[in-house]
Amino acid sequence: MEYIDAIRLAMKEEMERDPDVFVLGEDVGLKGGVFTTTKGLQPLFGELRVLDTPLSESAIAGVAIGAAMAGLKPIAEMQYSDFMFPAANQIISEAAKIRYRSNNDWNCPLVIRAPIGGGIFGGLYHSQCPESVFFGTPGLKIVAPSTARDAKGLLTAAIRDPDPVLFFEHKKAYRLIRDEVPEGDYIVPIGRSAVRREGTDLTVIGYSLPLHFALQAAEELAREEGVEAHVVDLRTLQPLDREGVLEAAARTGKVLILHEDNKTGGVGAEVAALIAEELLYDLDAPIRRLCGPDVPAMAINPPAEKRFLLNKDKVKAAMLELARY
Amino acid sequence: MIYASTVRPPLRHAELGLSDERAVAMYEKMAAARQYDERALLLQRAGKVNFHISGILQEPGQVAAAFALDPSSDWFLPYYRDYGFVLSVGMTMKELMLSLFAKAEDPNSGGRQMPGHFGCKRLRIVTGSSPVTTQVPHAVGFALAAKMRGERSVAYVSFGEGSSNQGDFHEGCNFAGVHKLPVLFVCENNQYAISVPLARQTAGRICDRALGYGFPGVRVDGNDPLEVYRVVREARERAIAGEGPTLIEIMTYRGAPHSTSDNDLAYRTKEEIEFHRAKDGILAYRRYLTEAGLWSDERERELQERIRRELDEATAYAEAAPYPDAEDSLRHVYAESAEANGGDGPWR
Amino acid sequence: MAKRIAEIVMPQLAESLVSATIDRWLKEPGETVDLYEPICEVITDKVNAELPSTVHGVLVKILAGPGETVDVGAPICLVETEASAGAEPAAGPAGGEEAVSVPAPAPQPPERAAAATDAPDPAAPMRGRYSPAVQRLAAEHRVDLRGVAGTGWGGRITRQDVLAHIAAGAAASASASPAPSGGASGAAVPAAQAQPPAPERPPAPTPQPAPVRPAEPAHLPAVEVEGQVAPGREYFIDVTPIRKTIASRMRQSVNEIPHAWTVIEVDLTNLTQLRNKWKEEFRKQEGINLTYMPFVLKAVVSAIKDYPIMNSVWAGDRIIVKRDINLSLAVGTDHSVLTPVIRNADQKNIAGLAREIHELARKTREGKLKLSDMQDGTFTVNNTGTFGSIMSYPIINYPQAAIMTFEAVVRRPVVIGDMIGIRSMVNLCLSFDHRILDGVICGQFHQRVKECLESYTLDTSLY
Repeated sequence: MEYIDAIRLAMKEEMERDPDVFVLGEDVGLKGGVFTTTKGLQPLFGELRVLDTPLSESAIAGVAIGAAMAGLKPIAEMQYSDFMFPAANQIISEAAKIRYRSNNDWNCPLVIRAPIGGGIFGGLYHSQCPESVFFGTPGLKIVAPSTARDAKGLLTAAIRDPDPVLFFEHKKAYRLIRDEVPEGDYIVPIGRSAVRREGTDLTVIGYSLPLHFALQAAEELAREEGVEAHVVDLRTLQPLDREGVLEAAARTGKVLILHEDNKTGGVGAEVAALIAEELLYDLDAPIRRLCGPDVPAMAINPPAEKRFLLNKDKVKAAMLELARY
Repeated sequence: MIYASTVRPPLRHAELGLSDERAVAMYEKMAAARQYDERALLLQRAGKVNFHISGILQEPGQVAAAFALDPSSDWFLPYYRDYGFVLSVGMTMKELMLSLFAKAEDPNSGGRQMPGHFGCKRLRIVTGSSPVTTQVPHAVGFALAAKMRGERSVAYVSFGEGSSNQGDFHEGCNFAGVHKLPVLFVCENNQYAISVPLARQTAGRICDRALGYGFPGVRVDGNDPLEVYRVVREARERAIAGEGPTLIEIMTYRGAPHSTSDNDLAYRTKEEIEFHRAKDGILAYRRYLTEAGLWSDERERELQERIRRELDEATAYAEAAPYPDAEDSLRHVYAESAEANGGDGPWR
Repeated sequence: MAKRIAEIVMPQLAESLVSATIDRWLKEPGETVDLYEPICEVITDKVNAELPSTVHGVLVKILAGPGETVDVGAPICLVETEASAGAEPAAGPAGGEEAVSVPAPAPQPPERAAAATDAPDPAAPMRGRYSPAVQRLAAEHRVDLRGVAGTGWGGRITRQDVLAHIAAGAAASASASPAPSGGASGAAVPAAQAQPPAPERPPAPTPQPAPVRPAEPAHLPAVEVEGQVAPGREYFIDVTPIRKTIASRMRQSVNEIPHAWTVIEVDLTNLTQLRNKWKEEFRKQEGINLTYMPFVLKAVVSAIKDYPIMNSVWAGDRIIVKRDINLSLAVGTDHSVLTPVIRNADQKNIAGLAREIHELARKTREGKLKLSDMQDGTFTVNNTGTFGSIMSYPIINYPQAAIMTFEAVVRRPVVIGDMIGIRSMVNLCLSFDHRILDGVICGQFHQRVKECLESYTLDTSLY
């Protein structure tokens, strides 16, 4: 099943299972979403449960927060994560803090879905990875699946979670990634990373689309260089799977962290700090991060986009260098 | 034969469907809110609490609005001056004092938020925050939920005239207008946003904005609580009937400085404040009740003493109550029990 | 019912305020005060306010007068109340937490390049770079890394190299050099090499109680000592709390107060004779010595009465002139010089002053000074002449306006009329705060002290 279909299926099954679940966002209803992520849902569930909203991200988030506090389970879609920022106040000042500020009297079981990432020549404002903007805000949960299976499982878990979850889906992965999705009801627990490949020579930690480059590179490196990489998919960015990360890092002592989001202040910085803090005496090499460059966003011309994005070759080179250190 | 009798014209409150008891109860709530507000200021000046933000002169409108709603089915999203409002939907003086002193037993936030940040699920008061106007889209969300569930319920949200310029106000109004949601948008226009007067806050009339969003906007004198009651009740009936939201602009005045950290004589005159104090809606309403034969000096004395006693008790209780444990401040970032996440805790 | 005295303190009226100025009192001592009744008006940068009383009782004493600036938390008045049975408030609102500045950690010695006994192999530059994992494994398994092959980049020994080495059973037995654990990273430190000495630690800045005062004492720079010092050529003295306090006070005084200095010569001959006349009998009668100091203090007090500005404090937008003349007296011990205070020195005669001086000196020697002995001084006098000094440049006792020294009395030839005579001469040195005082007023003050001292005759009474 394709990544995008898995996301749609999660929403459909949850809306069937629980009448409190509903979807809202721009173009989600009649059109079925600008990427077709919600296509077919409005005919099934009606106009109120697949609600076309006016063009106001702050209201989309704010209304969803209110409905969540009232006991419903809204899934709010931000058309592109690049356009989430008008909702940042509602997400950070409100959703993240509702349980804490009311001393557990109120809570906010909200899901906000937003597509991230580049590779579609979308330019500066259709390609961003803003997870680091919200990362580090206690009270929020943040997930970023890399496979169709995880997309469905994590979205289901997010919908059922009593606290606000930001669900960052990679737009390039929508049609590019397909894998086996089990039938029936299952969840992928939030806060748990997954070991995608076992290895002994270096550890690669990442999330979302670049994980696939690491897996491809690992396979080639094993064949060509005899290098066995241990590859871990974070899946959840917040709360980080501390145990998973530390265990994977200690296994080889050499760590390469990957993400498309720019390097400085990214999630990788926190992962690196965590490893350095806890595992100094297990480190056999400096912790490396391979990330997007520190520029505001990727430009539209193809050389610039290529320069920004990670790809299998860049990842493979970095992995080999670390293995050889 | 000429038969002369004094025909008493029907009293305003009776015409509005308010019983004598309810009309008097409104006055008592206003008086209680006033005393609480004044006491909180003294406590701050005495160094007993760190902060107080006042709603003096705004009480009549707030209480009247609250009395026009249904505390058992409506949702309330007040803002930080709404002591009159929350006292009228069931919060007690003791609870307000616990919040003022930031003690563990405070139902609004367990001593976490500043005073004036109300929240109490039991009373259907939604938790509020400091960034202004964020509660407006939340109210729309509550109204959406009511509509989706087919409930006879309105969401009442209040905010100041300054806050009505935030994007969230416009986005919330527009959303509610498009989907005809049962929201009462209530702007308590007290003429000042900290030091910025109304003339510098907006060039138009706030109630007129509703036109742009497709629903009625009404302006009402906050010193005439019976008029406020009428307007709010009508708006609620419209909403319940599925006719959508109403924007109500209550004209009032901020009798005290913005907060205890504000020196208001830096931007307005004593004369102006005194002018508005003289128009105090509580005094006017007391006159009305007295003329209607429902009030007297004796009852006034007795009420003030009763409120004073309750207030002193609440103050003493809150002052002596314990603070939350320091370690408690680490709790409730996320849900603490393992929810339906496949049995695993939502965090590691 | 039992009565007790309650303090009313200055509350924190708004965030970021650290003090407030009393504008005027609305109540007088002796008047009854109701709970929450306003007692005074207060001015701050942010708000002006009426302060309500926090207790019900009778106002007994006003501690801060109109125009006085008071720190948040400092008492402003005393009220006599009925002792209540019960609830003191659980805890006062946090007017501000104790801000304790954490001493800056001493910088570690910079990482040295590997000073290994084997010369580095240019073909394997990373040979000596042991990662933490490698060091730990080597330590745990007692592996001598010098015998391990390095397959990593630049000849580096990798974790896997060590693991392979261990697996090959070549766990090194007691080759003498214990591999270092923790410690200096990256450098191989053979046991023989002496450790570089720890750099000098900077003295910790004095912890400041909140609110932070405008002039914090300057942080002393961290001094790093590089290179080897032959052992025994220096030794360390720990800085005691008293020394720390003195250091910070001195720093603050010098930092904030623009010091100026003037000296005057005084002919003490008459006073010498007066003293000689009485000293035996005084000793017998009072049991204590009659020194010059009581006379000097009396002269200073008279001069201050004529020039009260000498008895003041600079407060930024106003000068606070103190009515009480509390003379701080410098008393030296083996370890430090303290300045206990003679309160209301203007109300004591010479004998009384002598007694006070003796008492304070005794308490200082015996370490029995109380905090109240040290507080509220308004002008300091220092008898620097004790050890023969004829001129000193004293540092003002912050936050006073001036300090005067009494140097050594020296018999010298001086011109009297057209002749030369031998007189007992003494220098009085005065450092003063040039924001408040200037040469004219200090000159006049100094002149007055001189007049007083020169006007003592054999007929002057001590009582």
